[in-house]
Amino acid sequence: MLRQFWIAYLTIARKEIMRFTRIWVQTIVPPVVMVALYFIIFGNLIGQRIGEMDGMLYIDFIMPGLVMMSIITNSYANVVSSFYGAKYSRHIEEMQVAPVPNIVILLGFVTGGVARGLSVGVAVTLVSLLFTEFSVHSPSIVLLVALLTSCLFAMAGLINAIFANSFDDISIVPTFVLTPLTYLGGIFYSIKLLPEFWQQVSLGNPILYMVNSFRFGFRGASDIELMSALLVILSFIAVLFVVCLVLLERGTGIRQ
Amino acid sequence: MYALEIENLHKTYASGLQALKGIDLEVETGDFFALLGPNGAGKSTCIGIISGLVNKTAGSVRIFGHSIDNEFLVAKSLLGSVPQEFNFNTFEPVEEIVVNQAGYYGVPARIARQETERYLKQLGLWQHRRSQARRLSGGMKRRLMIARALVHKPQLLILDEPTAGVDIELRRTMWDFLDQINDQGTTIILTTHYLEEAERMCRNVAIIDGGSIIQNSSMKSLLKQLNSETFVLYLRDELAQAPQLERFDNVVRLDQHSIEVEVPEALSINDLVGELETRGIVVERMRNKVNRLEELFVKMTARPDTEKLA
Repeated sequence: MLRQFWIAYLTIARKEIMRFTRIWVQTIVPPVVMVALYFIIFGNLIGQRIGEMDGMLYIDFIMPGLVMMSIITNSYANVVSSFYGAKYSRHIEEMQVAPVPNIVILLGFVTGGVARGLSVGVAVTLVSLLFTEFSVHSPSIVLLVALLTSCLFAMAGLINAIFANSFDDISIVPTFVLTPLTYLGGIFYSIKLLPEFWQQVSLGNPILYMVNSFRFGFRGASDIELMSALLVILSFIAVLFVVCLVLLERGTGIRQ
Repeated sequence: MYALEIENLHKTYASGLQALKGIDLEVETGDFFALLGPNGAGKSTCIGIISGLVNKTAGSVRIFGHSIDNEFLVAKSLLGSVPQEFNFNTFEPVEEIVVNQAGYYGVPARIARQETERYLKQLGLWQHRRSQARRLSGGMKRRLMIARALVHKPQLLILDEPTAGVDIELRRTMWDFLDQINDQGTTIILTTHYLEEAERMCRNVAIIDGGSIIQNSSMKSLLKQLNSETFVLYLRDELAQAPQLERFDNVVRLDQHSIEVEVPEALSINDLVGELETRGIVVERMRNKVNRLEELFVKMTARPDTEKLA
């Protein structure tokens, strides 16, 4: 039985990875171009006037955040569009009629999201080498945070897709929730610059923990303590994992 | 052992629509079974529940003795289903759709490729294996769904309108293919609006209407219930009005050269032709007005026209 589930998992994961690699011009290239523009405008042009942030060049400061932003948006976008597309054209039924446990479906889709998030993350990191020197304080923390964050947002994308009833619904959360939280998550500034009240408010933004722990992995400096950041990320993953499984078990949005 | 056992199956949708009102159904292993009913009768809901696409409200379903509630992984592995609507990713190549489906059932890649090749060849789709599914014709898409449903070698195959929109030549090819699958031991449940298809292929039949089973018997015993048949007769000479026949009540003039006559079970075609000849009416050709099962089906599921349109 386990072998059967493993084959099913590999099938879903492979299919998901093939989906975004087949259309790499639409999935990999745009975020790379967008981040290159961020580096040029915010890093090079404006950054030179800003000077240093948290004891490092501004372009070095924003680099981890920009990579993390790409990972977040792409792992989310991959699953939300793929799962909603499968729901919309009803080919999700191919998995529903088969003896595939919901956890396997979940892991398969999350693997696709993680693969795209990390692929874009690597591509963006390579582009960043054109603008900043490559230095990694702790490769294992960089990898761990990237992996956990992409898992988290892949699951968030799945939940969005489950509840979505139209293509408009899959863009509402990224536009009105994800993008603001990402921009306010300490990519472009240190929260130490904010007044005390807004510093406290910022601590309620989960993306702040991801950006800062990722920055710690690259630069060895962070506004948030690493362990508490990892704890927050893991807690969110645990909650979203359970929510995803419950929704799939109930058949919310996919079974009448 | 039964291939399918349904007990007291109920389904009420969130809208309040009671699609199934406690149906009971048993399909024997190896059977070719017709599940018939008018639009909205509950056929697709029933199939959706069996396939795991619709949540039931109450009742039980067992596939080869395995409950879809407690042993759903085993139950699903024994089932293949061809839905009414196309439900594959139209941007994927034909071969990938079938190979992936095998993968969902845990079939190793090498075997999945072999089985895919086998079924795509049998169903005349092998030359289109690299085409995106959206490029296929309607008939090819139907055949693709049949190949996809068979790739994991199910013991029970459910076909929901498999020949809808398929031309007669292709339909006959599909009938032969399904006969062959059934002969090899696969139990088949068929829903169709082409009743001659059900009459030709199925040994047993259930008719569902308004969420309840109104008939469940062998095809032979069902057709025996038909106590009359209507024939269309083509006449050599022109006829000004419908002739008055002694033993045949319902005679309708269709046009100058054709009439429609209902022949009771107790009388034969010879009786009809003989009575017409005594009135100097010569019959050149004749045909059944509708297929026998269709005639019964219409009688059993008859309702006022206003209700049909509602």
